[in-house]
Amino acid sequence: MRRASRFVLGALAVSTLATAGCQPVSFSDAEKEVIASLALTALPPLPDDPTNRVADDPAAAALGATLFFDARMSSNGTVSCSSCHLIDRQFQDDLPLAKGIGTTNRRTMPLAGVAWSPWLFWDGRRDSLWAQALVPMENPVEHGGNRAAFAHFIAANFHDRYERIFGPLPDLSGVPENAGPLGSEAEKAAWNAMTDAQREAVDRVFSNIGKMIAAFERSIVPEETRFDRFAAALAAGKQPEGDAAFSSEEMLGLKLFIGKANCINCHNGARFTDNHFHNTGVPVVAGLPEDLGRETAVKDVAADPFNCLGKFSDAGPGDCGELRFMVTAGEALTRAYKAPSLRGAAGRPPYMHAGQIETLEAVLDHYATAPIAPSGASEVHPMTLSEREREALIAFLKTLGE
Amino acid sequence: MKLRRIHWILIAIAIAAVAIGAAVFHLMMTPPDDLDLARSKPTEQRAYVASIAPETEPLQQGELHAWVLTVTTPDNKPVEGATIAVDGGMPQHGHGLPTSPQMTSYLGEGRYRIEGVKFNMGGWWELKFAISAPPGDDRVTFNLKL
Repeated sequence: MRRASRFVLGALAVSTLATAGCQPVSFSDAEKEVIASLALTALPPLPDDPTNRVADDPAAAALGATLFFDARMSSNGTVSCSSCHLIDRQFQDDLPLAKGIGTTNRRTMPLAGVAWSPWLFWDGRRDSLWAQALVPMENPVEHGGNRAAFAHFIAANFHDRYERIFGPLPDLSGVPENAGPLGSEAEKAAWNAMTDAQREAVDRVFSNIGKMIAAFERSIVPEETRFDRFAAALAAGKQPEGDAAFSSEEMLGLKLFIGKANCINCHNGARFTDNHFHNTGVPVVAGLPEDLGRETAVKDVAADPFNCLGKFSDAGPGDCGELRFMVTAGEALTRAYKAPSLRGAAGRPPYMHAGQIETLEAVLDHYATAPIAPSGASEVHPMTLSEREREALIAFLKTLGE
Repeated sequence: MKLRRIHWILIAIAIAAVAIGAAVFHLMMTPPDDLDLARSKPTEQRAYVASIAPETEPLQQGELHAWVLTVTTPDNKPVEGATIAVDGGMPQHGHGLPTSPQMTSYLGEGRYRIEGVKFNMGGWWELKFAISAPPGDDRVTFNLKL
């Protein structure tokens, strides 16, 4: 018995050491460096967008903002970008699946810091902010519009403002009211009946609508949080004061985040994302069509006429590294989805690309149990998190949204 | 009494297993201390000597960037006209590179430009090159710590 007790005590000591259980939390120099890399001060300057020559034109951003909130930009006059990207809700909608004219297959993504993202959408099926903005406009369950109608709409309502930004509007007089390559059968037929010059004129106006919306979206940037104030004090070697002071629970959560829990592998840098795609074994949603994530997206973006290498892009091939050197095959792409930024994430359930997981607690359970992926292979390894550690991680995540 | 003892032993074993498991997992995620970080070395079959240098230092996590790979024969003559294939990944995570880097141009004097490299996480990375030129096919793996 005595030997058994000694063994128990020894094992307990080992496990306590391993989890750094109840001791006051402090950070090593290496950990302090990692914490500094997560702070907003480590965010690089707003990256240039060589694909969009009006990216930093205030007039383009202003008209882009108008269009972002204009519900006339839809087939039934009720849907705008802001219907799902709600300005007072971190530019997302709190729903598992976005609702436009119908219901989509994916969760609306928030917009703060989107200009730093090399790939757009959960699966990265677009490679610029403006090319992304065009997709919902023609999706029958989102705006439900078509590009000929959008071009006519600009000419009828924003003629002068458009021309001040881009120069003369093309002649749209022979262009059918409704036409597009992705619309209804009638719209597709009308599109196919147009001349190449007409199609290019419409595509030009359509892509410029995306570029204006992108110019506006570039102004939506992450805001300083309690974590950033804590990190700034830590970096300066000062005692964090006021709301910058972390509770011991928040400190433990941060330590776990950058250490044992391995969250930082994918949620790194000042936006808490590696901008890459990961299969984390997220379950399939019953009733939705097959969703293979990045596997399908790499084909989509390579074929997109509005991609970085396409003729509507203002970039040279030298600017299109992400697209040119994209991984295009392999099991790692199957059901891989973008690691989202965790800034503000605690305040916007539900989680994952189709809102599969309702709470942060359940997200942590998901990562701790690391279920087998529905297809492809999950990158996540099972891990043991005590109740206290789970709560600490959540407490830390909340500091990213205050 | 006997049963109780077995009960305690089982609990102890379980706790120890969890602790050791956590420690092993943690070790697994820390690059080995004796990792060979040489940026110049003979290829596996010693057909070449390969050297790598990033075009910009320090390496930035998450940034797309380019490297120069220099290939010479063992007696230090530049190797021209080689075909280079690039691979790599994180051995401790079991995943490959997030991008598909390529040799995009020959810079002369055995130097090849490798574009499209990105390291999206901290830790131990491998960059592997398969080199094909008249002296033969050979491979080399470099380790990097981010």
